[in-house]
Amino acid sequence: MSVFVKLIGEFLKSKTLVRRRHRQLLLFTSPALTFFLLFAVFPLLSTIYISFYQEDVFVGLKNFEFLFTNDEASERLLYAFLHNVQFFLIAASVQLPTALCMAALLTSGRVRRMTSFYRTLLFIPTTLSVVIVGFIWRLIIHPLWGIVDYPLLGEAATALPTITLMSVWQYLGIPMVFLYSALISIPSNIIEAAQVDGASDLRIFFRIKIPLIAPQIGIITILTFIWIFNAFDIIYALNGGAPGPDYATDVLGTLFYRTFFGWGPDLGNQNLGAATATVIFFIILFGTAVYFATVQRRLKASQL
Amino acid sequence: MIRKEGRVKNQSKNLMVHLSLLFFAILAIGPIFVMVINSFKTMEGIFTGPLKIPNSETFTLDGFKRAIGQGNFVRNYGNSTIITLGATLLTVICSCLAAYGITEYTTKLSAMIAGLFTIGIMLPVTLGTIVIIKMMVRFNLLNTHISLILVYVGIFVPLGVILMVTNFRTVSNELKEAARIDGANEFKTFLIVLPLVMPGVAAVAAITMLPVWNDLWFPLILTAGPKTQTLTLGIQQFVGTYQNDWQALIAALVLGAIPLILLFTLFSKQFIKGLSDGYSK
Repeated sequence: MSVFVKLIGEFLKSKTLVRRRHRQLLLFTSPALTFFLLFAVFPLLSTIYISFYQEDVFVGLKNFEFLFTNDEASERLLYAFLHNVQFFLIAASVQLPTALCMAALLTSGRVRRMTSFYRTLLFIPTTLSVVIVGFIWRLIIHPLWGIVDYPLLGEAATALPTITLMSVWQYLGIPMVFLYSALISIPSNIIEAAQVDGASDLRIFFRIKIPLIAPQIGIITILTFIWIFNAFDIIYALNGGAPGPDYATDVLGTLFYRTFFGWGPDLGNQNLGAATATVIFFIILFGTAVYFATVQRRLKASQL
Repeated sequence: MIRKEGRVKNQSKNLMVHLSLLFFAILAIGPIFVMVINSFKTMEGIFTGPLKIPNSETFTLDGFKRAIGQGNFVRNYGNSTIITLGATLLTVICSCLAAYGITEYTTKLSAMIAGLFTIGIMLPVTLGTIVIIKMMVRFNLLNTHISLILVYVGIFVPLGVILMVTNFRTVSNELKEAARIDGANEFKTFLIVLPLVMPGVAAVAAITMLPVWNDLWFPLILTAGPKTQTLTLGIQQFVGTYQNDWQALIAALVLGAIPLILLFTLFSKQFIKGLSDGYSK
């Protein structure tokens, strides 16, 4: 009997303890949670909600039906999506090998005290605003006095790849720093063991280091995907609200901006804008989910 | 003999690595350098030799004088400073409190909250812009510094929390227990361990400051009015308005770039730590 009473007592005590812990936890986390839920989560969820409305009237999937079946709207959406895919593919395929090369050079142990000097220099473009990046490069490639005679930004075929490369130039520092940190955290005994076995530097890099940092390579790729499908700034800095020559630089971000604010003769529409944002959100969500469910799991599994 | 040969080979390899890094560094810094030298030149100097370093004939500070005189340059600088400092300070405070809570009171709920913030790092908040505008209109906050600060804290607090969690995990329990035995309440205990996580605080501050200062989207949408314009937005409009005054334009861009390049050079270690710790979790 007394054991029973003791057990109940302990149960109640642990319950009040847990309750006390919860209260403290909520007390400390509530400011951060409030900001995050109110200004990040709520706007996103609420955007999805209003995409089912038109002028405060519930219209179900009508907005999406318009975006996907109206001749002009669906074409714009499809092209913006394809441009984002192109933007992502060019950016990822240029940035990854370059950043990997820089990180490998920095961690090669051959620059010693100069390491942080080079690292800082290589990162400086990332600290600039897109406005400055856009302007500098527009000057450099200006057809009248720049290094090329061809109007790279004025022609539909070259406008988007040019903007992509400007963006890569600016943000290269981020993947470089990621890969740099990943490379220096590889345990040195693994590398030493390989060296004892007579493996060359190149062989060690491709056969040991790259497989070990594969999860970080994966994370960078998915972050690049998220950032690029959200991209707006660099294109706005170069073209304003305009979609570039023959809509060649129109990506989902600029399409969203135009759908909402309107552009030229077209008036903006809040609910269609929300529907566009919802489509973009689900593209990002889908891409990220597929990535984590398939690639990242395998990359992690193949780690030591 | 063999050893000497090995050393020569090694040295030439070192040189190769230096040269390759130098090549990348020039690629990164060259365009910025060209912008800076041209900001000190006369109009003629800019057009006759854009790649030349200013000499006694082409040197002038006219561009800077006009850039500072024209438009709302000084006010925009002030606006950006207030918004960046406000958002950074609030993000740091909220992140520290939340991270302390999450590491100190571990329950199922704390793991859930940590998970929520981890997802939050990747959330594309700009897609919620329409609702953010509506909220700011409702609260009468359009064209105020506060509107931007609130949004930026919402966007960057998840990264801050996750970064601070990794920092608070390294604090030993002994100090906290000692504080509690001395009769400190939970908040006091938090303040006592706070100095131990200062490297983390610096990393959070550095990593919040940069995107806030450089953001174009939210200033364009929430504070486009002349009184609350940020520097980045101001420069964007400057580029559109003063298209022919190259001197002033380039000077304005240089003035816009300087604060962050300086800050980053000073705090590059903290910044890089924040970046690699925060996103790779």
